[in-house]
Amino acid sequence: MKISYDARGLAEPAARAPKVATIEPGEDGAKAVFDADALTTRQINLELRRLVYDEGVVDVTIRNPGAKHSIAVGILTRCRITIDGSLGYFGCGLIDGPEIHIKGRVGWSVAENMMSGVIVVDKNAGSLTGAALRGGDVVGRGDVGARSGIDQKGGTIIVGGNAGTMTGFMLQRGRQVICGNVGGGLGDSMYDGAIYVGGKVTSLGVDCVEAELTDSDDEFLARKLRIYAIEPPPAWRKFVCGRKLWNYDNLEPAERKLVL
Amino acid sequence: MCGIAGIIHRDGPGNIGAEMTRMLQSMKHRGPDSSGFALYGPPSDLLVMRIKLADPNEARGFGWSDRLERHRNEVEHRLAKIGAMIDVMHGDQEYAYRVTFRYSGDLKPLADYMEDVPGCEVLSLGHSLEIVKDLNDAESVAERYRLTTFTGTHAIGHVRMATESDVDISGAHPYWAYPFSDIAVVHNGQLTNYHMWRRRLERSGHRFQSECDSEIIAVYLAQKMDGGMSLETAMKQSLDELDGVFTYLVVTGDSLGVAKDEMAAKPLVLYESPELVALASEEVAIRAVIGHEIDTHDPYEREVLVWHR
Repeated sequence: MKISYDARGLAEPAARAPKVATIEPGEDGAKAVFDADALTTRQINLELRRLVYDEGVVDVTIRNPGAKHSIAVGILTRCRITIDGSLGYFGCGLIDGPEIHIKGRVGWSVAENMMSGVIVVDKNAGSLTGAALRGGDVVGRGDVGARSGIDQKGGTIIVGGNAGTMTGFMLQRGRQVICGNVGGGLGDSMYDGAIYVGGKVTSLGVDCVEAELTDSDDEFLARKLRIYAIEPPPAWRKFVCGRKLWNYDNLEPAERKLVL
Repeated sequence: MCGIAGIIHRDGPGNIGAEMTRMLQSMKHRGPDSSGFALYGPPSDLLVMRIKLADPNEARGFGWSDRLERHRNEVEHRLAKIGAMIDVMHGDQEYAYRVTFRYSGDLKPLADYMEDVPGCEVLSLGHSLEIVKDLNDAESVAERYRLTTFTGTHAIGHVRMATESDVDISGAHPYWAYPFSDIAVVHNGQLTNYHMWRRRLERSGHRFQSECDSEIIAVYLAQKMDGGMSLETAMKQSLDELDGVFTYLVVTGDSLGVAKDEMAAKPLVLYESPELVALASEEVAIRAVIGHEIDTHDPYEREVLVWHR
């Protein structure tokens, strides 16, 4: 498709995979390493896709990512990806299968719409972590920004530190585990799912209520934190939907007209 | 969308012109329409004023250059008439000038007198603040105004994607806090009670040169500081009194501050070390001036932070 307007110079329609990676055989399959310092976002993603799809590499390390945006998006196969540094916005979105280890920080919207797999972030993450998450585990060992798991529909978000305002906003399904403190409006307008908090809660959002912890909750929390070697807080609190805003049985005006 | 950036050296002056250019250029994708710099050079007994006499993209009829020359001479004449002793008056563009002068009177009548010259807008006025803004990307503006050798202690900058007002210099950030010296603001967001605050500040005697909501933030903060409030307290009060989603950076003669609204809906990444503080809408901008691996974080909702040089 011909691009006629590209004022910001981001489209790079003519970009090709730069073929700069070093590929070596490994016990579980081929491994590859490449340096992203001098590459554009599109070149990095083209190289990554070439390695995992065309070359059959199962373990890719990206060095010097330089906090660039939209890296490792839309990878739909089982593989291991190590990001040796920090990512910018919209990293690792729309993935289905990869295990991704980010050794630095990530900006906004990491793991957006992720279907399955694991993402572990060693340092802090920005706002909207795991937005619209469908499945898999998203783990942030540091703090995360506002609105983590907004519109989350499955999977688990685990935060070793603190989380910002409106955590779990419109959460539909899935779980969030926040070991530290959370900002105001926790679980605002959540439909379902559960949020576990180890620290202080600034305030609850609309229709978010505290619930009793069950044995299965304790087992789930202990198992997940053990997997990712995160120190658990002294005590947990659980928050769920109060179901005061559930109006699923009420007919919409148009439907009411049809029925009546 | 727009992008904002700030940098303050805690260990003495640095090459802030080149640094801010690199920070803004790395965020060109957030706003290609115009770029602006608020740079703080060494404080001086002299006042430094940046003015524009026209916009670069306005229709240029016959005699455009002659008209600008007349208006430039009128500015010079009025400065002398009001009692200012001009040191240097230099034009980076035929429509944009930098004037240094000695003057001990009130700044408001001086600024009003200058802006009474047709087409004249005072972009900045103070003892160390210089605001330079123009159309196109940061490298282009820095080259046209020779900013890459500018040395100073702190700076803020802005790349603009015009959404609600015109693509011109008046609509570009940063905004000077007319008529208070050495205070400027850049902003990413929307103020929903802008008209109320504009009317309120206009009733206090302030003028606004654009239809941009960001312009009121600088004046709002400066007016509170003029009444004796600290910068940090004024910024905290702004979180309750300014409505909307916003992240803004403010600079004074010796400080750099950031404030985020309670929704934290506009991004900002912060890097802090004993020598340097750098903030930007995107981490790529911070990495454009720091060569080694860094740890950063996002300030939280309702957070107000202030650093001093």
